Amino acid sequence: MKKILSGNEAIARGAMEAGVRFASAYPGTPSTEILETIAKEFPQIHAEWTPNEKVALEVAAGASYAGARALAAMKHVGVNVAADPLMTLPYTYIRGGLVLVSADDPDLFSSQNEQDNRNYARFAKIPMMEPASSAEAKDFVKAAYRLSEEFSTPVMLRTTTRISHSKGIVELGEPEDPAEASLERHPAEWVMLPANARRRHPVIEDRLKRLTDFSNSSRYNFIEINDTSMGIIASGAAYQYAREAFPDASFLKLGLSYPIPDLLVREFAAKVKDLWIVEELDPFIENQVRELGIECHGKDRIPLCGELSPDIVRDAVLGTEKKGAKPLNLPVRPPNMCPGCPHRGILWALKKNKCFIAGDIGCYTLGFLPPLDAIDTCLCMGAGINHAHGMSKVLGDGKKKIAAVIGDSTFFHSGMTGLLNLAYNRGVALIVILDNRTTAMTGAQDHPGTGVTLDGSKNIDIDMEGLVRALGINWVQSIDPYDVAMARQKVKEALEQDGPAVIISSAPCALLPSRKVPGVPLRVDADKCTGCKVCLAIGCPSIEFKDKKAIILDTCTGCGICKAICPFDAIGGDV
Amino acid sequence: MNVIMAGVGGQGIILASDILTEVAMRHGYDVKKSEIHGMAQRGGSVMSHVRFSKQVFSPIIPRGECDILLSFEELETARYLEFLKPGAWIVINRYKLPPPTVSIGKEEYPDVEGIVRKKTQRFMFVEADNIALSLGNRRVLNSVLLGVLSTLLEPDVATWEECIAVKLPEKVRDINIQAFRKGRETK
Repeated sequence: MKKILSGNEAIARGAMEAGVRFASAYPGTPSTEILETIAKEFPQIHAEWTPNEKVALEVAAGASYAGARALAAMKHVGVNVAADPLMTLPYTYIRGGLVLVSADDPDLFSSQNEQDNRNYARFAKIPMMEPASSAEAKDFVKAAYRLSEEFSTPVMLRTTTRISHSKGIVELGEPEDPAEASLERHPAEWVMLPANARRRHPVIEDRLKRLTDFSNSSRYNFIEINDTSMGIIASGAAYQYAREAFPDASFLKLGLSYPIPDLLVREFAAKVKDLWIVEELDPFIENQVRELGIECHGKDRIPLCGELSPDIVRDAVLGTEKKGAKPLNLPVRPPNMCPGCPHRGILWALKKNKCFIAGDIGCYTLGFLPPLDAIDTCLCMGAGINHAHGMSKVLGDGKKKIAAVIGDSTFFHSGMTGLLNLAYNRGVALIVILDNRTTAMTGAQDHPGTGVTLDGSKNIDIDMEGLVRALGINWVQSIDPYDVAMARQKVKEALEQDGPAVIISSAPCALLPSRKVPGVPLRVDADKCTGCKVCLAIGCPSIEFKDKKAIILDTCTGCGICKAICPFDAIGGDV
Repeated sequence: MNVIMAGVGGQGIILASDILTEVAMRHGYDVKKSEIHGMAQRGGSVMSHVRFSKQVFSPIIPRGECDILLSFEELETARYLEFLKPGAWIVINRYKLPPPTVSIGKEEYPDVEGIVRKKTQRFMFVEADNIALSLGNRRVLNSVLLGVLSTLLEPDVATWEECIAVKLPEKVRDINIQAFRKGRETK
């Protein structure tokens, strides 16, 4: 049976067909739908959101040690968080197949960088598989489990946004029976003390040699000989682009791009006149080819930055001009915080108190955009609190108004350790936890703070205030961010403290069923509106400015933030 | 065949392109689609590329190779003109949603018809929002536009309607099929 699946859906399907029993992830674009699909369609697999990616990989490793096939999925930068276990797991005995899916994001559609995670495979000395379509995504997951168990190694499967979020036709297969879990003890291979780890290192090096032999004979690496004046080595989405741009060229398609098949590469290079390596981001394959002493073209002409496309590949290789007209200068339509978003009220209150606002990863990062202009830093998950602490230490206690904002899901991901540090080292900064009860940016996933798991059951109820106190913070206040005057007052009070202060800005995301916004649009009294534009400063998509007056659109949720800040009392519910 | 659907988050573009891919697969084509929807719910631009033929490699359409641009919002049309091949068709929903800079009076909403006219004469405006509203549910505008699109593609109406039925929950099935038929009548 054939079905149209996205790359992420195909990975979920592949996991099911491979008899995977355990899957874990922290949501992150473009990887999120892998676990969502597993949870929705394959309830026989235990699937869980974990607080962060390090936990995701470690729990999956635990399932693998107990003999089950396990999958951990994350976006590319999530692998940075999971890098600690990732670098030592290959030293250990992998019992049930263990696959780490890394969804990279060339062109940064929804990310803070565009790192090329194929480098992790080389760093950790484990195999790297790169599917080039949904059909391959499913097949490669199954192959990755066989590879993982045959060589007792974690296997990385790397997609990119154009694989994860593209759809194509997939032939569905029959599921394998999952292996039974059982408890065994392998201390020499599982207890990574120096004495054991020292003995395991040569095992990895030897395995890498055997993996190279495998790579040479694997059906996931193959040569297609056509016109031999041009030969292209490519993997993943870049293979599709190159294949389309140069339909007559010869190809060495790499599904297993680390370790590269040295003999195949030599054979291919000997058959073609001009050898090109076409890959997105880093010269990952190219460097391996050059290490074999083979000359080739690649990043001397193919862009290092951004994603490729058939026309970019064609133009880069041929050195031709880009066709098509010059881009028009059109008004942009960036994503924005939604009408009724509770973040707007507290960001406004911080701005009115003239705070420096260290940001984090979440919807509130969009508060960076004009006209709100409220976010001053954004580095990685959990960094904002730590930025604020470091700044406060060198600037001198209380001399500057340093604040940090962090969402609830991000706080549980990696904000708690920063807050503990702030308390422990007595930083003077205001930390605002934007507690909207969901992982909003990636499409409203639950997390430990909501206590609801991927299968919909509720196991715990976290008391956010109690948790913050337990981390050593004495000044903690919860506020309703829609009460802008109160929010502004509380921020002022917090900034007067001579130690760390935490405000919990507590209101459900305006897209959740539990939202607190009335859902009835407000209206502007045109007689009272002076056209002062104060209401425009919060950047609400429901407010327009026309003929020197503010107008509120029907998309307004009636949250009341604009009403609260209007100096002329011109906004009301029944004007 | 290369089709781009463009518009704004919440207009039903993802669903419409899903239906088109299903139709193409049922006609025996290889089909791929690619879309950027990471922040679709946040009011940003959304676009979906659908490609079908005997064999499709790239999931994204190269510049200059799009056959049909189905645009759900006027301004969004203008962003994708460089993708069009000579002789391509543009179907434009007559609907303006001002982006933030226009809403707050910092920029003007551009003269989209003028911009399009400079590029090609093969375009048509469709009152898809109004047709959808006349049927009683603005959200079926995507089915209206699919109806228009279907007249530019293969005429197997039954397959189209089957695919709409498969992809939609029962309670909105009939109204979407009505909307699709209204779209087909628009010329």
